[in-house]
Parts: sequence; structure tokens; C-alpha cells
Amino acid sequence: MIALLVRDLRLGMRAGGGFGLGLAFFLIVAVLVPLGVGPEGQTLAKIAPGILWVAALLACLLSLDRIFALDFEDGSLDLLATAPMPLEGVVTMKALAHWITTGLALTLASPVLALLMNLPGAGYGWLVASLAVGTPALSVIGTFGAALTVGLKRGGLLLSLLVLPLYVPTLIFGAEVVRRGAEGQAVLTPLLLLGGITAGAAALLPFASAAALRINLR
Amino acid sequence: MELTVTDLACARGGVPVLEGVGFSLTSGRALVLRGPNGIGKTTLLRTLAGLQPALAGAVSVPPESMAYAAHADGLKAVLTVVENLRFWARIFGTDTVEAALVAMNLGALRDRAAQNLSAGQKRRLGLARLLVTGRPIWVLDEPTVSLDVESVALFAGVVRGHLAAGGMALIATHIDMGLTEAEVLELGPYKAKARPGGGYGGAFDEAFA
Amino acid sequence: MSIWKYANPKLFMQTTDRVLPFLIPLTVVLMVVGLVWGFFFTPDDYRQGATVKIIFLHVPSAMLGINAWLMMLVASLIWLIRRHHVSALAARAAAPIGATMTMIALVTGAIWGEPMWGTWWAWDPRLTSFLILFLFYLGYMALWAAIEDPDTAADLTSVLCLVGSVFAILSRYAVNFWNQGLHQGPSLTIAQQQHVADAYWYPLMISIAGFILFFVMMVLLRTRTEIRSRRLQALLARERMA
Repeated sequence: MIALLVRDLRLGMRAGGGFGLGLAFFLIVAVLVPLGVGPEGQTLAKIAPGILWVAALLACLLSLDRIFALDFEDGSLDLLATAPMPLEGVVTMKALAHWITTGLALTLASPVLALLMNLPGAGYGWLVASLAVGTPALSVIGTFGAALTVGLKRGGLLLSLLVLPLYVPTLIFGAEVVRRGAEGQAVLTPLLLLGGITAGAAALLPFASAAALRINLR
Repeated sequence: MELTVTDLACARGGVPVLEGVGFSLTSGRALVLRGPNGIGKTTLLRTLAGLQPALAGAVSVPPESMAYAAHADGLKAVLTVVENLRFWARIFGTDTVEAALVAMNLGALRDRAAQNLSAGQKRRLGLARLLVTGRPIWVLDEPTVSLDVESVALFAGVVRGHLAAGGMALIATHIDMGLTEAEVLELGPYKAKARPGGGYGGAFDEAFA
Repeated sequence: MSIWKYANPKLFMQTTDRVLPFLIPLTVVLMVVGLVWGFFFTPDDYRQGATVKIIFLHVPSAMLGINAWLMMLVASLIWLIRRHHVSALAARAAAPIGATMTMIALVTGAIWGEPMWGTWWAWDPRLTSFLILFLFYLGYMALWAAIEDPDTAADLTSVLCLVGSVFAILSRYAVNFWNQGLHQGPSLTIAQQQHVADAYWYPLMISIAGFILFFVMMVLLRTRTEIRSRRLQALLARERMA
């Protein structure tokens, strides 16, 4: 299982792997929003938590269709399905690799972008914390969507349509943590709920993802 | 160790292609599947490999004993030959990459990225994967595609060695690999027949019976 | 004989052949009576005036918008567990109707909201939940439409329906947490009628019954169409085999 994780990470880092694209997208959104909204620090500070979370979510979405599509095209997925590891393990490792190359990178880069968005000082820690706790759920849910649409022509657009409604709870609690943190209110409740969603999704969704993969491979 | 297939029926895209297929295979034996394009060789092999459910019949085989090689080789273009092979060795929990490289004459190419291999070289790498799985039953779908005469002979030697070591091979192929000891199964007689009176015996025929 | 015998396509076609000639007129009568009574023969509300009468469309469509998804969930489970084709097709047939009902609830809500709250749209939890529910319907229908093999499509949409249901409930709570809202609590529970005056209660009940029968009728009709279309595919497949 570790071998699969290492291979996926290596593929992500090498040329054409798409690592960094999500980060660049995250950066571009953080630049475009002030250009559209106007430079007033007050306004930006108010919308910063929501914009940063929506941007992170969209950046995650960008690379979802690559999770299984490449392995499906070159036949690796068939071979992995006959390998001595359960498909549930395969999808978990795939989600983990996706999170490390996108979610974790976004989490680490987020304070810089928060600076551009004029996030109040108290919010920085909670921004990083909420992304660290919430983005794994985005990867796991996205892996489920990718498993549903693997092998479909023009699956990418459909994937977004399927996954975005599933992202609603994560987005709400994640942005709420940052908003409350920035305003100096108690953040424990939304942070725990966010963690609950991540834990629940990570525990249960791999079974659904593996089932969807099996259906798609037959 | 034995692979037994009894009265197997399998479908492609919801349409039955083969029915009543039966054979058995024991250690050291090979079976070549023959039949015209579209008869369902790939479908049969995918069913045997457990990638799709059988419509009817049974496949009796020890668990985790099959190594499946499809049309696609499952190679990653940006990884080198040895990295590709080592990945599969780790997945299957073995660590004998070198022997496989030598057996498929890939030693000189070991550090070349898979994207810079010729079609035949890629195929050899794909087949070398079988050796690192350590599994006794090889299920091969057109293994000789894009191989030259020498490579076919090389691979036939590898298969022969596998059989001599107590393995089994199930090969769908059109060309003669020179495996004289292998039995041949013609799939033509097992072609699924349409049911009289409608459809293909699915649930929706009876709606209008 | 158990209820499962109706999962046989033949029996389903025969039974619905007999039921529909009664169901269709009954649906029309209930809907016409409920809506005409509600619109023209009830008094205006002392605060809301005539605008309140949109309740006869709004409440039944909102109820069905949610319950259609619930029906799809049950049908999806039946397909996954017992592999009855009619069940999968019924789930497929229900989705566009549920989506339409959700849309009607949203539109009538907007029309009602404008004079009442002074806005066509507010990010109120109930409104937001319904909008999210509508997105779930869109995704579900898009997945059905995207996959060619009917059994694969049935399997994948059923898995999506299951996972989607969990996330729809999560979204409902998340949205409540996010904004406490303008919308009044539910006006109706079957047992109590304290929120609604008698003059509205009877036509509303008739209207709801009419909408439910309309939903059932549409699901039956659409399932019949789906069964016929599957039969067509089966015949085409036979031609390819011959």
C-alpha cells in the first residue's frame, strides 16, 4: 500500500504530474478576488474566510479527475484490482496522495494568501487549522466522485457537478471556523463538526469508492 | 493446484457472448484460447481474473493465485523501466526485479523512462511484470502483440520456464507461440445463442411475454 | 405471495395497466378540486391577503421534493440488495419529477417571499437546503444520463443516492448552523392543525393528496416507458447477436 502512495506522489511531482497547478490556481483566485471586489481592506477582511475556503475547494476540484483517469487509461487500474490489496486500500492511498499533493500544499500556502486577502491576524492560525482538518475530507469525497466517473468521456464536468454538492457541509464548517476565529469568537464547535465530517468521510467513503470502482471496471 | 471452469457464461456490455465454457488446468499445463475477433476472449479472461462477474457457472481457483496481463501494460510513462517493475514487485510483496529484467532482456534499458521505449519494449516490460507477481496462474490476453519473432521466442521460453516450475498459463492468442505442449481450446462452439422469442433472456423479455 | 412479485417487469406492466385508468382520473379530480377550492373558495388571510393561497402549490410540491428523494433512496437500496430492475428504473423515473417539484417549491417560495419578506430570495436555511437538494437531483440525473450500460448506471446512481442522502442530511444541519433563518417552522403536521385554519386545511389536504397521486402516477408512467426502452435495447442486442 505504501508503494502505491510513493508511486503516486512521485508521479505527481515529476514533469506533467500537475503538482503546483492547484497551488497556482489558489494564488490566482486570491489575486483576482481583490481586483474584482475592490481594494478596501475592510471588505476584503470580511470576505476573506469564505473566499479562501472556496478557492481551496476549487483548487482541490481541479485535480480530482486525474486520480483514477490516468490509471484507468494505461490499464494499471485493472492490474491493481487483481493485486493482493483490497480496492478500499487502493482508494484510500489514492485519496491520501491527492491530499498530500493538493490539500496539504494549500494548507501550508494559505497564510501567504490570507495576507493578500487582508485576513485579520487572529484568523491565521484557525485558517491553517481548518484547512488541515477539512481538506482531507475534500480529497476523500473527491475520490468518491472520481471513482463514480472513471472511464466516462467528459467525466470532468460531471465530476464537478457530483462532488460540489457533497462539499457543502465541509465548506460551511471550514469557513465558519475561520470567520469565528478572525472575529475572536469560540471556534471549537465548528472545528469539531469539521473534524467529524473528515473522520466520518475517511472511515466510510472508501467503501463506496471501491464499490463504484468495481462497478466501473467490470 | 488446479483451475477448474464449469459451464461458465459471460457477458460484454450486458450482452452474453460465451456460454457453457468448461475446462480445467493443472500445474505445469498451458491452455491456448482461440477464436475469431469478438468471440469474447478478453471477456472470458476478465471474468476469470475476477474483474467482472460471470453470468452463470463457476470458476474454482485458489485465492490470489492469478496474474492478469491485459492489452494495456499499466506502465507509467515518466517512471523508468526498473521503477515501473519495482512498483509492481512491491504491490505483490516480492522483491525479485533483477531476474525478471534479465529474463525479458530488459537489462540494458533499466534506467530508461517508459515513455522512451518502443512498443515492443513496452510489451516486454509489461510481460516482465508477470514474473515479479510470484503468482502461479498467468492469464494472458494477446501477450505477443507488437513483439518481434525473437521476443516471441524469448517470451515462449519464459512461459515454458514458468510451467516447468509448476505454474500454469491461460493464453488468448492468434499466433503460434511455439508452445507445442499447450492444449488448445476453440471458443467458437461456445458462442452464446440468442433465445427464441426475444431479447437475450434478460429480465425485460418476460415483461412482454 | 409477497410484495416482491411486483418487481417482476411483466407483472408490473400488467398491474399498472389496470391501475392507471383509475389513478389518472382520480389524480386530475383531486388536483382540480384542491387547487380550485384553495384558490377561489377560501377567504383571504387577514394579514397576508390573497398571496397566502400559493400555499396550495408550495406546500405539496415542497413535501414531494423531499419525499421523492426518499423514495429514490428506498428504490436504490432495493436495487442494490435485491437486484430488481423495476426498482432501479423507478428511481430513475422519480428523479426528474422530484427535481421539478423542488423547483416549483423554490419558485412559488420566491413568489410568496417577495410580498411577505420583501425579497425574492434570502439565504434562509430552508431555502438554501432546497437549492442544495435541487443540485443533488441534477447530479443524480446527470450521472444516469452519462453512463451507457443500464446496469452500471443503475449501480452507480444507487451508490450516489446513498452517499448523497447522507450528505444531504449533513448539509441540512450545516446550513441550519450557518444561518438561523427567516422561514417559519413547518406549518403542517398531519396530526395537528393548529397553524392552519380549517378553511385552508381541507383544500390543502386535498391538494396534497392530489400531488401525491400525481407523483405516483408519473412514476408509474415513466417506469413503464423505461421498461419499454429497456425491452427495445434487449431486442437490438439480440439483432447484434444474430
